[in-house]
Amino acid sequence: MPKIVFIEPGGARREIDAPVGITLMEVARQHGVRGIVAQCGGACACATCHVYIDPAWSAKLEPREDMEEGMLETAWEPKQNSRLSCQVHVTAELDGMQVTVPRQQRET
Amino acid sequence: MISTILIIGAGQAGAQAVDTLRREGFTGRLILIGDEPELPYQRPPLSKKYLSGEMAADRLPFRHRSFYDEHRVELKLGQPAVRLDAAARVIELKDGETLTYDRLLLCLGAASRQLTCPGASLAGVHSLRGVADVPPIQAGFKPQARVVIIGGGYIGLETAATCRKMGCEVTVLEMADRIMNRVVASPVSQYFAEEHRAHGVNILCDMRVVRLEGERRVERVVCADGSSHAADLVIVGVGAIATTELASKAGLTCDNGIVVDEYCRTSDAAIYAAGDCTNHPSLRFGRRVRLESVDNAFEQAKTAAINLLGRPVTHDRVPWFWSDQYDNKLLIVGLSQDYDRQVLRGDPASRSFSVCYLKGQELLAVEAINHSKDYMAARKLIADRTPLDLDKLANNELGLKEAI
Repeated sequence: MPKIVFIEPGGARREIDAPVGITLMEVARQHGVRGIVAQCGGACACATCHVYIDPAWSAKLEPREDMEEGMLETAWEPKQNSRLSCQVHVTAELDGMQVTVPRQQRET
Repeated sequence: MISTILIIGAGQAGAQAVDTLRREGFTGRLILIGDEPELPYQRPPLSKKYLSGEMAADRLPFRHRSFYDEHRVELKLGQPAVRLDAAARVIELKDGETLTYDRLLLCLGAASRQLTCPGASLAGVHSLRGVADVPPIQAGFKPQARVVIIGGGYIGLETAATCRKMGCEVTVLEMADRIMNRVVASPVSQYFAEEHRAHGVNILCDMRVVRLEGERRVERVVCADGSSHAADLVIVGVGAIATTELASKAGLTCDNGIVVDEYCRTSDAAIYAAGDCTNHPSLRFGRRVRLESVDNAFEQAKTAAINLLGRPVTHDRVPWFWSDQYDNKLLIVGLSQDYDRQVLRGDPASRSFSVCYLKGQELLAVEAINHSKDYMAARKLIADRTPLDLDKLANNELGLKEAI
């Protein structure tokens, strides 16, 4: 099973076995990774599962769709490597990927 | 000294309260009581990907069991609370066990409104609220099975879309003159009605169901206009009622929900409540509301948890809602009552548009269809009460966030 490394706000490192096919958000939520709120449960409706993906892995990710782009626009401190973790599915290729959780999810 | 906190209701609100209590430093005994045997799980997929079978059961729970163990949460699942003695601070469970508390949080949720007409209890008539409601509906998913859905609200329409996907013939019977009439503007109703019709759903409005007929199980649904709709399966989605019995019998003030203040306190000083079951003040909109939504359950439970720990904080959020139907995402933020102007932004034919509700220059609510940018902008504009420029608002070349 691929391992995903989550860096929680505050710097704690959580290395979690992630089943292929589910989303990064689900992995984080099932294990209670701090800072992933994921209110809508993966419907791309709340922008509270925002993460930064280690740029070394960006080529291996599915690209952002329009809904995700729109949501990220007003996320807290979006960056080039921002993603909504509910829109990224775990694949074997992502083994070892580092995912950093921002200090907060949104302003309002 | 608060040494034991007991939470009744293991849905979105109950699960969130547990989480917040532990993260905010509560180290005492924490007990979560739920009617259903499953670990706390998400309900929104029940009408969508879980119903269609695309989402496996192990993806429904919010957290793995290990999370509750690690955080020393005692789970009493499949054990409904049957009696609350507020004076003695005691809860009795169905199996007779009694538990005492220092603070109690009620997250009782809401229950599906049932039909009362003749035939409502025939076999083959279902509502959809919990995970146990799903298998009997799925058993009826046979190619060309005739599904009649009573109620054209969120649940009815999401379920209609899923049933279509599963190859069923689907008819939706809506009592009002348009679908989702209580929650969206007319152009949005019209857009979704057209989407459903394009997918082959028979949407019928102004249809008041008077009885269900059948020999051993339901065979048809009869409406006041005399029309009869053949059915192999009937799904009832006619709203929900706040679950308050435990609270009202214990003497707590209830009025369309358990009445709480902005600190989530009930009429008993040791008892708090959160989620669908509450009638609470909306500070932003200046009136009492009862909301059925994931967002409110989540936010109010979080607020309640912090208050339970003795740190006063008000529940003051702009509510939001969403619905997925086919490849459409409807996002709603705010409450539209009391508006004096409705502005349509964009062209529904483009499949991406929004409807803004204003009172003067103040934005009260936005319904955004496949338009996450307007939706996200609206969240902030509504919360901040930013006055809008109406000319800019009407200019579709500008984003909503620029209309200030």
